[in-house]
Amino acid sequence: MSRIDFDMAHLLAGLLVLISFLELYQDRLYALLNVYALHALTLAASVAWQAMVQDAPHLYVTAAIALVFKAIVIPVALHRIIVRLGIHREIEKVVGVGSAMLAGMGLVALSMVVMLRVTSGADPLAREDLAFALSVVLLGLLMMVTRRNAVGQVVGFMSLENGLVLAATGAKGMPLVVEISVAFSILIAFIVIGIFLFRIRERFDTVDVQVLDHFRGERR
Amino acid sequence: MTFDALTGVLLIPAVAAALLAALPGYRLTARLNVAATALTLVCALSLFVRRPQPGAYLIVDDLNATFIMLTTFVGFSTSVFSLSYIGHELETGRLTLPFVRFYHAMYQVLMFAMNLALVANNIGLMWVAIELATLTTVLMVGIYRTHEALEAAWKYFILGSVGIALALFGTILVYMAARPVVGEGLDAMVWTVLVRRAGEFDPALLDLAFVFLLLGYGTKVGLAPLHAWLPDAHAEGPTPISAVLSGLLLNVALYALLRFKMLLAANAGALAPGPLMVTLGLISLVFAAFMLYRRRDIKRLFAYSSIEHMGIITFAFGMGGPLANFAGLLHMTMHSLAKSAIFFAVGHVAQVKGTQRIADMGGLTETHPTLAWGLVLGVLAIAGLPPLGIFMSEFLVVSSTFARAPALAIVLVFGLLVGLAGLFLRLNSIAFGEPRGPSAKAQASYIPMFAHLTLVLAAGIYMPPALVAWFQNVAGLLG
Repeated sequence: MSRIDFDMAHLLAGLLVLISFLELYQDRLYALLNVYALHALTLAASVAWQAMVQDAPHLYVTAAIALVFKAIVIPVALHRIIVRLGIHREIEKVVGVGSAMLAGMGLVALSMVVMLRVTSGADPLAREDLAFALSVVLLGLLMMVTRRNAVGQVVGFMSLENGLVLAATGAKGMPLVVEISVAFSILIAFIVIGIFLFRIRERFDTVDVQVLDHFRGERR
Repeated sequence: MTFDALTGVLLIPAVAAALLAALPGYRLTARLNVAATALTLVCALSLFVRRPQPGAYLIVDDLNATFIMLTTFVGFSTSVFSLSYIGHELETGRLTLPFVRFYHAMYQVLMFAMNLALVANNIGLMWVAIELATLTTVLMVGIYRTHEALEAAWKYFILGSVGIALALFGTILVYMAARPVVGEGLDAMVWTVLVRRAGEFDPALLDLAFVFLLLGYGTKVGLAPLHAWLPDAHAEGPTPISAVLSGLLLNVALYALLRFKMLLAANAGALAPGPLMVTLGLISLVFAAFMLYRRRDIKRLFAYSSIEHMGIITFAFGMGGPLANFAGLLHMTMHSLAKSAIFFAVGHVAQVKGTQRIADMGGLTETHPTLAWGLVLGVLAIAGLPPLGIFMSEFLVVSSTFARAPALAIVLVFGLLVGLAGLFLRLNSIAFGEPRGPSAKAQASYIPMFAHLTLVLAAGIYMPPALVAWFQNVAGLLG
């Protein structure tokens, strides 16, 4: 693999981690959606690059899904849902920006340590891609934990899923990647439709998950 | 393509789902649902006689034939139960005809997804199937469209999605471990190839993969502390779905874990998956046993009991070895049968009482003797009293543990006793005493419930040597 192939893949994967950090401290829903669109766009570029480098044309399908579905359709749909449901635009966070960023840095360090140690035998591009992917996955999880707002959690889940796609495309020659990314897109579409169709706003008066949680088991 | 039983197990539910989605009305479609599951069961039975060669995508071996048999059988009896249950829901107006049509189609999609997950020889395909099963159950849990049902569905959705996302990361890691040995492409995800070459994989990568798979699929098994979705999903969905969730879907997720456990066992350098599973199993058992005491909702009560029993089963498989695996398999079978029988009873109890609150139930043995004694028998079975089948399997788990790790056995027995007392405490106020609360006439079909209970009782008294030999054979496969 030539030098530029490697550097470019590295750059795009690193960019994805960086944008995950950007998502972590957004406190307005619209801004969060825009950053997520950027996240998906970077993913599309990264996957397309992998498709070219690995000479795997089927990966272009995954890249196209990322570009059209995740970077355009989903953010626009969520945008409209926010308007339609009149969700308050501020995101309530469980922990402050500072501690969330610190936790995020800790998670990235953790995934680097774990992945680079474990995959010492694998080829360098794959192992660093995997380390970045795990960082994106963990940052997505962190985002889901630190947001009370359902839309915020969904965005966290979607960036987690971007990390998985990054890992799957980085694993050279992995079969079923396209099928898996389609399956995941269906899942995400369901979640987004779920917010709207289940009319969480109407039923619960808020998309704040803590309010949804009020009944944890014991109805009296 | 020639038609064989394997195709049948997948094709019948798929075709039935399309058909049920298209047909209007209720009487015909509900019967069609039963007929489709019955046909699938026949196909599954014939897998014991003749089975196709494993391919790159599908496989049938002794291990998953057992699971398929159990899945299709409980799927069939649940569809019989659902016939009367859904009829009643329509009468009371809790469900409308379009929802019933949707429900029947989804029921078949769920059967398809579970069968696909079981017969998949490709770890990617297995993941897709489990995702499909998760999606369908989410839709079914939210079918009543009440506040609580939507909340339960949402919670299940988010937690289940995170779970299967982690499982996918584990699957990718397994592929990464296999690639240098097996080579790029499809072969590196085919389970039969993987398990043959697993000895040459990088152990560190396999370890990491298993941790992700355990957390991911463990969420779907309902192991504590990843169980938060389970009680809500069981309590708020239609009762046939609670029965299928408890009796089948948890097993399917556990089956996926077992496949990966076999992969790790084939690699000498990888960590032993046993202790991890033993720990999670014991935590689930003890935690769920204590949670039984404060339950006020009858379906949540038995949902926690499912967590308890999945803990026992995971514990048994984690211990490993011929005897513990045998006990685990037997316990899984018995639990599926007994728990779905209990949910059949609970579904009708909730219908005649018009509520799921335990406080509004009481003296059921006086007002609805057949139903109540069925429930009592089911609870006796699930609590593990002799001579019922679960006593046998629990006894085997405990005795095999005492021989190898007495300290763990003490925790195990403690959890079992706490759970037993918790169940009896609740059962007492449900089934006996003065009749309380509203009460309607039961329009129930008792056949599925008593058929299951008879099987559990029969297994406790006499296990046919052929069955014992079969389970021993499968237990040997699990290593």
